[in-house]
Amino acid sequence: MDSFEDTLRQLREAFNTGRTRPAEFRAAQLQGLGRFLRDNKQQLQEALAQDLHKSTFESEVSEIAISQAEVDLALRNLRSWMKDEKVSKNLATQLDSAFIRKEPFGLVLIIVPWNYPLNLTLVPLVGAIAAGNCVVLKPSETSKAIEKILAEVLPRYLDQSCFAVVLGGPQETGQLLEHRFDYIFYTGNAYVGKIVMAAAAKHLTPITLELGGKNPCYVDDNCNAQIVANRVAWFRYFNAGQTCVAPDYILCSQEMQEQLVPALQNAITRFYGDNPQTSPNLGRIINQKHFKRLQGLLGCGRVAIGGQSDESDLYIAPTVLVDVQETEPVMQEEIFGPILPVVTVKNLDEAIDFINRREKPLSLYAFSKRSQVIKQVLARTSSGGFCGNDGFMHMTLSSLPFGGVGSSGMGRYHGKFSFDTFSNQRACLLRSPGMEKINDLRYPPYSRRNLRLLLVAMEERSCSCTLL
Amino acid sequence: MERQVQRLRQAFRSGRSRPLRFRMQQLEALKRMVQEREKDILSAIAADLSKSELNAYSHEVITILGEIDFMLANLPELASAKPAKKNLLTMLDEAYVQPEPLGVVLIIGAWNYPFVLIMQPLVGAIAAGNAAIVKPSELSENTAKILAKLLPQYLDQDLYSVVNGGVSETTELLKQRFDHILYTGNTAVGKIVMEAAAKHLTPVTLELGGKSPCYIDRDCDLDIACRRITWGKYMNCGQTCIAPDYVLCEASLQDRIVQKIKETVKDFYGENIKESPDYERIINLRHFKRLQSLLEGQKIAFGGETDEVTRYIAPTILTDVDPNSKVMQEEIFGPILPIVSVKNVDEAINFINDREKPLALYIFSHNNKLIKRVIDETSSGGVTGNDVIMHFTVNSLPFGGVGASGMGAYHGKYSFDTFSHQRPCLLKGLKGESVNKLRYPPNSQSKIGWAKFFLLKQFSRGGLVMLMVACLAVAAAMIVKKYQALPRGNALLASLAVHRLRWSSKHS
Repeated sequence: MDSFEDTLRQLREAFNTGRTRPAEFRAAQLQGLGRFLRDNKQQLQEALAQDLHKSTFESEVSEIAISQAEVDLALRNLRSWMKDEKVSKNLATQLDSAFIRKEPFGLVLIIVPWNYPLNLTLVPLVGAIAAGNCVVLKPSETSKAIEKILAEVLPRYLDQSCFAVVLGGPQETGQLLEHRFDYIFYTGNAYVGKIVMAAAAKHLTPITLELGGKNPCYVDDNCNAQIVANRVAWFRYFNAGQTCVAPDYILCSQEMQEQLVPALQNAITRFYGDNPQTSPNLGRIINQKHFKRLQGLLGCGRVAIGGQSDESDLYIAPTVLVDVQETEPVMQEEIFGPILPVVTVKNLDEAIDFINRREKPLSLYAFSKRSQVIKQVLARTSSGGFCGNDGFMHMTLSSLPFGGVGSSGMGRYHGKFSFDTFSNQRACLLRSPGMEKINDLRYPPYSRRNLRLLLVAMEERSCSCTLL
Repeated sequence: MERQVQRLRQAFRSGRSRPLRFRMQQLEALKRMVQEREKDILSAIAADLSKSELNAYSHEVITILGEIDFMLANLPELASAKPAKKNLLTMLDEAYVQPEPLGVVLIIGAWNYPFVLIMQPLVGAIAAGNAAIVKPSELSENTAKILAKLLPQYLDQDLYSVVNGGVSETTELLKQRFDHILYTGNTAVGKIVMEAAAKHLTPVTLELGGKSPCYIDRDCDLDIACRRITWGKYMNCGQTCIAPDYVLCEASLQDRIVQKIKETVKDFYGENIKESPDYERIINLRHFKRLQSLLEGQKIAFGGETDEVTRYIAPTILTDVDPNSKVMQEEIFGPILPIVSVKNVDEAINFINDREKPLALYIFSHNNKLIKRVIDETSSGGVTGNDVIMHFTVNSLPFGGVGASGMGAYHGKYSFDTFSHQRPCLLKGLKGESVNKLRYPPNSQSKIGWAKFFLLKQFSRGGLVMLMVACLAVAAAMIVKKYQALPRGNALLASLAVHRLRWSSKHS
């Protein structure tokens, strides 16, 4: 049939032998991932610099170290995560053993995007392996340097009977998706997310979709504009804006805008110098297609800061747009670039209405001195995640689940949530053959008397539910 | 249909369904409905499945009352924000996960337990603060009608509504956009539901089915096993998604099993089963004929009588069943129990694993090691050892399938979680900017070290103590002197520097 069939069959056969189940095997694989990161740190940094002009700082902090931390966390907690989870019992099952068994699904497909190609490969991979699955990895063909390392170097660190890398573009991915997987983990955009889910539906494959959206950033009046500007600018221009959780646009009052714009200029100059194109700390746009798309957005509103672009370098200056209308293209799609539109609103209510008129975003940000304002934004909106008075710091806490809602995605991961995502939670009740006298109450011929007895017994212990 | 969904969405947007008090009022109203209108509900269920009202009560109504009580008792805890462990950089911040409603959810029920399979999800949806549309199965007509009549009388009509109809109404409904869809039914329609959901990126919970195997070990209490299996298999005339579908056992056990089940059937339903008020009927002619065809060419050890007029099929056992025959190709969903011989537990495990993952799996054995082994080497939605069905009744256990038997789970807390978005929240202050300076460009190697330390340091007890000491010192300084940004930042940084040196020695 097609080239994937053999690979998938072999992986499935390997899974069926039970190879990936013992904790020792999983730990060894995770250790392999750790060694991969350590042994190839230099090459990985170079590849990230080549693909996205990522600075060493950004590579270390947002790709290598985060991946390493997830590996370490999984290694530390593997056995406790794998343990059967005991649950509380009702009266009828008091003497029984009731627990949730965490099991691997089987063959997992992980589809990775180009913007954090290492992080978004390794963090899900850690979860899938820790949960005992076999994995097919489909790196992004757009981040070519990393793709090469993942295809050629990574498999050497893992048991290749249980792990495979599959390469290709949209066509190959479409073919791959025709096959049956036991779980699909996709990070990318909503358009392809729908295609992935429709393909998964044909095999009833459960999925996690980590998508995106326009992450609003509300800035209240009376904030320290410089502090807000520092924080927003850093998170906006990190990785040249190509971050699914970056603040996409600002909502603030006219007065606040007048303070913010110079503060943003200040921050940008401090971070990237007078000529950001020469700064080693600013990334580049991934490819021509996205560069042209972003260049087109520069015509929206009015350029207050930046606005320069250089096609030969795939460079777009850290840009701030003002006087932006809701209907303009820059407010219609996820920007995914170093452009920050500012949309003015009269007050908090208008901001909240603006946010709620649109799709639920992956992240939502609100800056305010007053905690009631923050709490109001929280209570009256919905989003995948939320951070008050900062950018995507909530992502760095592996004790917080990371995922979207509505069109920004479904499912979640990071830390233990990754393990749970890639596990089937199997409900187990082990009864003893004894206690049959009590069971007698449930058998036909049914009688009111038996039912009454059962109900009385249950009421005394406030038993939650029964089907007897 | 679109207007109806819009109406519910508007009502949801008004925020009315969110306060806990409102949710509890709605749940209490549901409870009153079940109690006050018990007679109507029971007679509807009884009419649909030829079930006695007593059985309808114990099969369906009890479960709902229990679920409502659970939610009423636990809602404040379930809906509360759950604090999350923090790292150093977020130590002074608030980090928690806040459950939130999703919006407008769609619940599609099935005909075999027509009341429970609408109401139990509905209880979860309401508890989680959503608006909901329920679509009862049209095959269980009377229950569909009574739900359409009663629910609007007791619940807020702008937030909850009933849609009745057949395939075309359901298709129309599935074109609309929902924030979650919970579907109970079969695999074929499950795929259609998920495909429709994909168009809107709507998450789904699919409670499907399959052939739930029942392995009987030679070393088990055969009397008890057969008694329990008889109960679970023939309840609701076999029309239960977690009924033991077929038996796997060594050939030598077959005859005894048949004998014991035969005796138990007599105990339960009397000599003339047709006259027993406790034995139900097949839901409709189509399923009746389907089940009849499964009997063709089979060795009927017991039972096999059918009566088309009343859609009666006797409790039936088939022996020496060929795994390739029709009765072993589809979920039976009727009172026919095939027994397939296997040489031993290894063969049984292979047999099970050659097939789709079932919704439930049953093992009867005195040998706990063997039971554990079967669990370890197979997969399924749920398992009950030495009994059948019962894992459904423990609502601290999630109820759901895996693979072709479904995705997602509900009951109790899991219902609440299914219909919620667990939103991670990190609340910081606008102070403490000096610490943030470590992360801003222009970057340097030392900054990298610091950033890694802050972001990735796991909390150890020693570290916590050190930090607390540092914080106390800082707090003391603040109380004594007026707040000064510079010294405070430095003090914090100094203590962290010491701490970091200790950490760095372990991680390079």
